[in-house]
Amino acid sequence: MKYLDEFRDGAMAQSLAREIRESATRKWAIMEVCGGQTHSIVRNGLDQLLDGAVEMIHGPGCPVCVTPLELIDKALAIASQPGVIFCSFGDMLRVPGSHHDLFRVKAEGGDVRVVYSPLDALQIARENPDREVVFFGIGFETTAPANAMAVHQGKLQDIANFSMLVSHVLVPPAIEAIMSSPRCRVQAFLAAGHVCSVMGYWQYYPLVERYKVPIVITGFEPLDLLEGIRRTVHLLEAGTPQVENAYERAVTFEGNQTAQKLLSEVFEVTDRSWRGIGEIPRSGWRLSDAYHDFDAEYRFSVSTIRAEESPICRSGEVLQGNLKPNECPGFGKECTPRHPLGATMVSTEGACAAYYNYGRFVSVDSIR
Amino acid sequence: MCLAVPGQVKEIYESMGTRMGRVNFGGVVKEVCLAYLPEIAVGDYTIVHVGFAITKVDEESAHRTLETFREMGLLDEEFGPVN
Repeated sequence: MKYLDEFRDGAMAQSLAREIRESATRKWAIMEVCGGQTHSIVRNGLDQLLDGAVEMIHGPGCPVCVTPLELIDKALAIASQPGVIFCSFGDMLRVPGSHHDLFRVKAEGGDVRVVYSPLDALQIARENPDREVVFFGIGFETTAPANAMAVHQGKLQDIANFSMLVSHVLVPPAIEAIMSSPRCRVQAFLAAGHVCSVMGYWQYYPLVERYKVPIVITGFEPLDLLEGIRRTVHLLEAGTPQVENAYERAVTFEGNQTAQKLLSEVFEVTDRSWRGIGEIPRSGWRLSDAYHDFDAEYRFSVSTIRAEESPICRSGEVLQGNLKPNECPGFGKECTPRHPLGATMVSTEGACAAYYNYGRFVSVDSIR
Repeated sequence: MCLAVPGQVKEIYESMGTRMGRVNFGGVVKEVCLAYLPEIAVGDYTIVHVGFAITKVDEESAHRTLETFREMGLLDEEFGPVN
């Protein structure tokens, strides 16, 4: 709780937390879907602050964490080819594939470059017309407009040496998969604010209708999270499952329709494997037929690569909220941020790395 | 990688047929694609993710968010330390 005490709005945070604790007549299980929210919750000790009133279950919303192992292996295979410049967001470089990671490929002479934006990769392609430039296009709906624009411009400007290895994932089908699991303990969801900035929140109504769980659109800062949790607990206590927008300053019902228009042109819905979880029907985007020529998976003939997960890593159970990171036998032992066995330990937004970095070596329950 | 940071649009221009701009994130100025916000004007505030403006935001909350991110060290993580 060190961070929250130092936080400028600490008094307001404490007051929101008090209201949540006082209004909860039982301990509610609430899942934050987004890894950025997980990071903020653990870093600021919000889960400990609310202990007794809510249990925060950390969901699968870290794109780095859920990118399937075989896609990492495909990335490694492409990045190792001579003449290729492989561009990626920095978080992906340490994600372990079956045998090594992109850092190793780079150390062994591969041209692996970290970029801030997918448009940077496109610029690298313009500047290196004799090289194949591949961008690792991962992410949820928040990142998809950026990746879509890079491919779209690549096509418009006929940049034939540019392609994208796409592993896009979608939030609503993940919520659906979690809710339909027989082991599901989740009673409500905080939906990721910036996903909704792009997509709007109309698509959550059928989920609330079907599963009778509140879904509250929530931001990422400590006060945003507490406000989202406060509204969620209010809906749970009242027994009125609804969609609510607690992040009005950045989210509208319709979302960004200009972005949605290009997304529907560049991508099409596909079944997608989630690392540690398995295949979820219609839970991802791949490039549509019109952009097939820009699909690195076909350009480099890696679509037949298959892979098996580490037997020790239980990140799938962590990602579905059935296991806390520090309850995994490998946590902090075989598996650390320096030697991660699964992607949830790699990304700073992964639940395991957040627990490790902020000193959560034993579970809250075992302290009591 | 999922951080999205608010900033103020300082300049708007066309580059390679796309609406681009320069956005000031509490002192760090970066090039940002504005194609998804056709209405946004110089002086407006926007939330930016991986170099793309995804939504408009009001000035007051942009400043509040930037201040919070600065306190939490997130701006340095996203853009590198500001001198």
